[in-house]
Amino acid sequence: MEIRPVLWHAVLIGMALLTALPILAVFGYVFVPAPEVWRHLAQTVLPDYLYNTVLLVLGVGFGVLLLGLPAAWLNSMCRFPGQRLFEWALLLPLAMPAYIIAYTYTGMLDFSGPLQSLLRAATGWGYGDYWFPNVRSPGGAILMLSLVLFPYVYLLARAAFLEQSICVLEVSRTLGCNPWQSFFQVALPLARPAIITGLSLALMETLADFGTVQYFGVTTFTTGIFRTWFGLGDHAAASQLAALLLGFVFVLILLERGSRRRARYHHTSSKYSRLPRHRLRGGQAVAAVLACTLPLLLGFVVPVGQLLYWSLSTAAEGLNRDFLQLAGNSLLLAGLAALFALLLALVLGYGKRVRNDPLVNLSARIAAMGYAIPGTVIAIGVLIPFAWADTQLNHFSRRWFDARVGLLLSGTLFTLLFAYNVRFLAVSLQTVEAGLGKIRPTVDNAGRSLGLNAFGVLRTLHLPLMKGTLLTALLLVFVDVLKELPATLILRPFNFNTLAVRAYELASDERLADAGLPALMIVAAGIIPVILLSRSIGKSRAGEQP
Amino acid sequence: MSAKIVLALLIGSLSASAFANEVNVYSARKEQLIKPLFDTFTAQTGITVNLVTGKDDALLERLRLEGENTPADLLMTADAGRLYRAMDMGLTQPVESETLQQDIPAHLRDPGGQWFGLTARARPIFYVKGKVQPEELSTYEALADPKWKGRICVRSSDNIYNQSLLGSMIAADGAEKAQAWADGFVKNFARPPEGGDRDQIKAAAAGVCDLAIANTYYYGQMLAGNDAAEKAAAEKVAIFWPNQDDRGTHLNISGAAVTKAAQHRDNAVKLLEFLVSDEAQHWYAEANQEYPVKPGVEPGERLKGWGEFKADSLNLSELGRNNAEAVMIMDKAAWK
Repeated sequence: MEIRPVLWHAVLIGMALLTALPILAVFGYVFVPAPEVWRHLAQTVLPDYLYNTVLLVLGVGFGVLLLGLPAAWLNSMCRFPGQRLFEWALLLPLAMPAYIIAYTYTGMLDFSGPLQSLLRAATGWGYGDYWFPNVRSPGGAILMLSLVLFPYVYLLARAAFLEQSICVLEVSRTLGCNPWQSFFQVALPLARPAIITGLSLALMETLADFGTVQYFGVTTFTTGIFRTWFGLGDHAAASQLAALLLGFVFVLILLERGSRRRARYHHTSSKYSRLPRHRLRGGQAVAAVLACTLPLLLGFVVPVGQLLYWSLSTAAEGLNRDFLQLAGNSLLLAGLAALFALLLALVLGYGKRVRNDPLVNLSARIAAMGYAIPGTVIAIGVLIPFAWADTQLNHFSRRWFDARVGLLLSGTLFTLLFAYNVRFLAVSLQTVEAGLGKIRPTVDNAGRSLGLNAFGVLRTLHLPLMKGTLLTALLLVFVDVLKELPATLILRPFNFNTLAVRAYELASDERLADAGLPALMIVAAGIIPVILLSRSIGKSRAGEQP
Repeated sequence: MSAKIVLALLIGSLSASAFANEVNVYSARKEQLIKPLFDTFTAQTGITVNLVTGKDDALLERLRLEGENTPADLLMTADAGRLYRAMDMGLTQPVESETLQQDIPAHLRDPGGQWFGLTARARPIFYVKGKVQPEELSTYEALADPKWKGRICVRSSDNIYNQSLLGSMIAADGAEKAQAWADGFVKNFARPPEGGDRDQIKAAAAGVCDLAIANTYYYGQMLAGNDAAEKAAAEKVAIFWPNQDDRGTHLNISGAAVTKAAQHRDNAVKLLEFLVSDEAQHWYAEANQEYPVKPGVEPGERLKGWGEFKADSLNLSELGRNNAEAVMIMDKAAWK
C-alpha cells in the first residue's frame, strides 16, 4: 500500500523536474559573474529595456482586457444580430502569428505604404507635413500583440461566464443588484481565476515575443537577451537578463496569488438551467455589434485581406506539392505536441490536486515559466542537457563497443516535441488547473468514499466533467505550435520544414509579398481547430443541450 | 496510430549514418537560394545533400552544443562575422584546396583555410536622385558631418551588417575615432532605426530621408522583384560607392566552413569546390543579386550596370574580431 504513493510521487517530481530542466540549464550561467558587461548594459541600454518591457506589459494587459472581456460577456449573456457568428469568429485572431500581423500592418500603414502614399497624393503633403501614427513604435507593438492575444481572455472568460450557475446571478438580482452591479460584484469576481489565466497567458506571450518587437525596432528584455548572447557573445550576462525577466513574472504571479488570499472559486450551486439570454435592441445592439466587430476586423479580416492580396501575385509559383508536405509537417508536429502537453498537464495538474507537495508545485511552476521565455532561449536550454547526454552516450559506446553512435537525442523530432512541451506547458497546465479548480473537492471525496482510487476519480468523474477544458487545452497548444518559429528553426532535423519556417525564410529576406502564401496557410490551418474549440465551449455548459 | 507514426519518424530521423554518400549542411542562407545548386551537385556527383536552414546565431549555438557529435559537415552563413565566430569557438577545421585558394581572393577567405567566402555583397550609400548630388558624398566617415542632420536612414544596430560595417571602421580608423563617428552619425538619423534594409531605401524614396545605407542585393531584389511599388521606390535612388580614394567600399560575404567534427569531410570539400565552379558562381550570385567571388566570373547584367568599384580589401576576419567592440560602441552612441 505504501509503495504506490511513493512511486507516484517520484514520477510526478521526475516529470516536473525534467520539464523544468531546460530552463534551469540556461540559468546555469546565472552565477558566472559578468560585472563589466553589466556596467556597460546599465549605463547604456538597460533603462530602455526596462521601460519598454513594462510599457508593453501594461499596454497589452489593458488592451486584451478591453477587447476580450466585453466581448466575452456579451457573447455569454446576450443576443444581438450576428452573435452566433461572433461567438466563434472572435477566436480567429488566435490563428494569426504576432510577427505576421506586424508585417501586414507595416505593409499597409508604413510611410511608404499604400495608405500614406494615397494620402500624400491626394493632399500634396510631404514628409513632416502631417501627423500619422507610426505603426513601428511601442504603441504599434502593443496594438499588434493585443489584437492577436485578446482571444485568450475572451476564450477563458467566456468559458467561465458560461459555466457560472445562473442561480447565483439571479440571487444577486433578487438581493437588489442592477445588471451592472451583478456583473461587477458577482460574475466578474467568480470568473477571476479564468480571466487572470487568460491575461497571464497573453502577458507571458508578450514577454516572450521577439519577432514583433524586433521588426518594430522596440528594444525590450527579449531583444536585449539576444543582443547580449550573440552580439556581445556574453552568455552569463544574457542568462542573467533572462533570469531578471523571469523574476518579474514570478513576482506578478505571487502578487496575484497573494491577493486571492484564501478565496476559493468552486461553484456553490449545481443548479444549471438554460441561460436566459438578454436580447439587445437599438443602441445597445449597435454597441454590442461594434464591440465584437472591431477586434475581429482589425485582428483578422484586415490582415488576412492583406495576406490574400500578397498571395494572389505569387500563388502561381508558390503553390506546389512541396506546400502540402510543409502543411502536413506542421499539422503533425502540432498534433503530437498538443497531445503530449495535455497528458503532461493532466498528470501534473491532478498530481498537485491529490497531493500538495512543495517540490512538485515548485517544479511545475518553473516548468510553466517556459511560456514567458523566448523560443530560442528554450531551444538552447533543451540542447544543453540533450547534447550533454549524447556526449556521455558516445563516450560510453566508444569505450565499450568502439563505436560512434552520433546524436540520438538532439537533432530529432523528439527534441523538438520536448521543446514545445517546455515552451507551451503553461497553456495546457493552466487550462487544466482552472478546469480542476472548478470541481469541488467534495466530488473527489464522494468518489473515493464510494470505492474509487485516485485514478478512478480522474477517469470516471473529472475527465467527463471537464471535456471542454481538455479540448481547450489541446487546441490552444495545437495552434500555438503551428505558429511557433524559433525553436522549430533551431531544433528541427535535416530536410524537415514547416509552414512557419517557409514563411520566415521569405519574410526574413524582406520578401513580404512572397511570405504571404505560407503565412496565409498557417492561418488557414489554425482556423479549423479554432472553430472546433468554440463549439466545444458552447456545448460545455452543464444543462445546455447542443 | 500516432504511436506508429512517431516511432517511424524518430527512427527515420536517426538513420542518417556516417557511411552514406552524403553531406550534411547547416545553412543560414535561405533554402531557395541554395537548394537548386545542391540538386545540381547531387545530379553530378551522386552525393546527397541534407539541409537544415536557420538563423546564423542559433545554428552556431546548435553546432557548439552538439560538439564533436554534430552531424553537420558544412556550416554556411550569410556574413563573415559568424564564420569568424565559429572559427573562434573552435568549431571549424582548416581545408587545403588549390581550387579554393585559386578561385577565392585572399581577403575573402580565412588565411588558415578555416572558412571561405562564396558570394560578395557591398554596403554602399544610396542617395535620392535629384535631392543629393553625388559630389556631396565621399566616405562613410563623412556621414557624421552635421550637414546630414536628419537626412540619413539606417536600420537597427542589432543587425550584423551594421555591426560589421562599424567593425571595418574600427579596423581602419581605430576605436576612438569610430566612437566619435558613431556619435555624430546617430545624430544625423532622420528617424529612430526601424525595419530592414529595403525599408531604408523605401523611406528615402518616400521622402523621409535623403540617404540610406543598405546591402546591394536588397536593392537588386527590389528592382528585380514583382512588387511594383518596391521597384518604383528603388528607381528613385542611386548607388554611391564610398571611400573610393582610400580603403574602398565595405564588403561582406556569404560563405562556408567545414566543421571540426565533419564525418563527410571529403564530400564537404567537394561541395565547396563545386560552389566556386564558374557555373555555380554565376547562378549563386545571380539568384540573390550578389557578386561572384571568383575573378573572371561576370556579375549579372543589372549589377554590371551599377559600375565597377573599389572594395575594402580588409581581411574579413577583422570584422569578427571587432564585433563585440562594435556593439558596445553602438550602445554608447544610442544607435538603437
